[in-house]
Amino acid sequence: MKQYAGHRALDGVSLEIPKGTVYGLLGPNGAGKTTLIRIINCITAPDSGEVLLNGKKLQLEDVRNIGYLPEERGLYKKMKVGEQAVYLARLKGMSKADALKSLKYWFEKFEIQDWWGKKVEELSKGMAQKVQFITTILHEPELLIFDEPFSGFDPVNADLLKREILALRDQGTTIIFSTHNMESVEELCENISLVHKSKVVLQGNVAEIRASHASDSLFVKTADAVTLENCDIISQIQKNGAFETTLKKRNEKSNNEILQEIIAQTQVYSFEELLPTMNDIFIRTVTKA
Amino acid sequence: MSKIGIIIQREYVSRVMKKSFLLLTFLTPIFMAAMIILPMWITTLKDETVKNIVVVDNTRSLRDVLKSSEQYTFVFTDTSIDDIRKERSDKTTSNKKNELSAVLYISEDLVENPNAVTIYSEKQINVELKSYIANQLNNYVRDKKLEALNIQDLKEKIEQSKSNIKITTIKWDSSGKEKEGSAEMALIIGMVSAFLIYIFIMSYGSQVMSGVLQEKTSRIVEVIISSVKPFELMMGKIIGIALVGLTQFTIWIVFTLILTGIGTAIFGPGFNTSSMSEAVQMGQTVSEGDSAEMISKVMTMLSGFDFVKVSVLFLLYFLGGYLLYASLFAAIGSAVDNETDTQQFSMPITLPIIFALFIGIYASQSPDSALAFWGSMIPFTSPVVMMARVPYDVPMWQILLSLAVLVGSFIASTWLAGKIYRTGILMYGKKVSWKELWKWLRVK
Repeated sequence: MKQYAGHRALDGVSLEIPKGTVYGLLGPNGAGKTTLIRIINCITAPDSGEVLLNGKKLQLEDVRNIGYLPEERGLYKKMKVGEQAVYLARLKGMSKADALKSLKYWFEKFEIQDWWGKKVEELSKGMAQKVQFITTILHEPELLIFDEPFSGFDPVNADLLKREILALRDQGTTIIFSTHNMESVEELCENISLVHKSKVVLQGNVAEIRASHASDSLFVKTADAVTLENCDIISQIQKNGAFETTLKKRNEKSNNEILQEIIAQTQVYSFEELLPTMNDIFIRTVTKA
Repeated sequence: MSKIGIIIQREYVSRVMKKSFLLLTFLTPIFMAAMIILPMWITTLKDETVKNIVVVDNTRSLRDVLKSSEQYTFVFTDTSIDDIRKERSDKTTSNKKNELSAVLYISEDLVENPNAVTIYSEKQINVELKSYIANQLNNYVRDKKLEALNIQDLKEKIEQSKSNIKITTIKWDSSGKEKEGSAEMALIIGMVSAFLIYIFIMSYGSQVMSGVLQEKTSRIVEVIISSVKPFELMMGKIIGIALVGLTQFTIWIVFTLILTGIGTAIFGPGFNTSSMSEAVQMGQTVSEGDSAEMISKVMTMLSGFDFVKVSVLFLLYFLGGYLLYASLFAAIGSAVDNETDTQQFSMPITLPIIFALFIGIYASQSPDSALAFWGSMIPFTSPVVMMARVPYDVPMWQILLSLAVLVGSFIASTWLAGKIYRTGILMYGKKVSWKELWKWLRVK
């Protein structure tokens, strides 16, 4: 719990983040995500409650095992890229030699070696973000916290970043991922917590959450138009010689039974249950609450 | 290396390697040395060309009075002044012009009419020539008048009656030993060190403020405080900048001494402090003995001061005053969002320093007044005011008390500033008020 004068920023928030997974921290602006992240980083202290890392109470020394890419991020404008990266790495407790070695590897991997001697003010926003990403992960922390990591990136570089994040996860790094971009949540996260008005309003596995929010909608692509007794037809369009129909189940019939009904009528090209997107779930949960 | 050490290193190196720092640091001593050397050098510049002065003397009694010197040659002529003018305006004889600088015309007996002297020239003649001639004529007229009184050995008697009082100020220290002091020196040293402290606190204090503000506006601060404690970041910056200040100060002193030394060596022993006064009383020659005496006088006056004590105290008061103010400047830098807002909040901090300077100037003239005493005790003014008083031998207990108060104050102000800083650096887009700052102070 974190109490600020006048308002409570976090109230009874409890998350359990499995090791080696990507955990999504969602919520509208001002929900308390940043406060939570700052508590995990020991930037601010909670008024009550505690943070456990690997089952032990989080100590100030543990921050060297955490890498944090804040949403409000920047670099010293007048400082050279390389010097700056070494400086930030040393503040995380790396030796100068280790930092240089590790930076060489990442700069080569991202093909940005020729930025080393440039001043930060000469870089574009996306370029600076790349450097920031490297400085965040450089000291090989056990826990990585990314707050809106993709803002300012073009699709190519966003994809590169996604691949790197997943690669880090596969190496056993635990990742907390805070964003408003629901598509990337579906792509990357195993579990999520949705924070709204200082409280957790939705928590769990992404696939399970989507399944539980299923609205009994089906999508079917067939050779001829279909009509079904137990379903409402939401829409039916003819496209490229096929009929695309969106259905909503009226009663507790299984998907198999409905599919059999359709097969009896016409040839089926595709059949799928329509799961709500995280975007839908987000909007629905937040507006309902 | 500890984290705070890494921060200090970055703050120091990034500032010292800046072009503006190098430029300012190395040009200032050159400028200072030039300020000292140039006036001396100018006084040694003498017009080497010999000037010819034609004298038209209607009284015909001055031939022995106006003596030619290395610079001036007096040529007596019987031609009337009108003829000379005609001759010189005549184009055919213009080649003669260059040889003649001026025409001195004495129309009547000077004892009766001291205004009967005129100098004619085509170019404006210099002051030195004018006072040289006036000097010679004055001596002549005075001698003439004294002769007219007809008293025996009058000239010698007057010479003997001349006096030149020089007051020597000597201080008795506690053991009764004598030290030659100088009120003027105390004033100068006090003023200079008070002013230097003022400049240093102001300029380096505001560097801390803009440094903190830059970290906040460039949004790097959150990245850094996920690695180090905000207090470490603040102290690292304050200490790093203090070291920059000390470096600059040391370079300035060393360089000014070296450059002045080189300058003195080049222009030789010919110039000294007396050449300044020589420049003022032009025409009057200062004898060699006088100037040598002046030098030794200045040297003894300087050696009368305990420079080690002044320097040590300067360092202590600089550090104490800087730490006190820098932490407050850091707090302001963390609380605001942009450069323009700093104006409003830094006002209550800069005002006491400006007051301190005024009290300091006053204290260097009356060092034992109540205002000077209290000014040198209150921590916000004490660094400047005490430095103005130190050359006047302030009692030890006062110095110790004032230093103790200063140390206590900067510990308190750093602690308070740390609290404001910690909250302030993460606060964006919020217009702060004094009430808000007070709230931050009370955050656990």
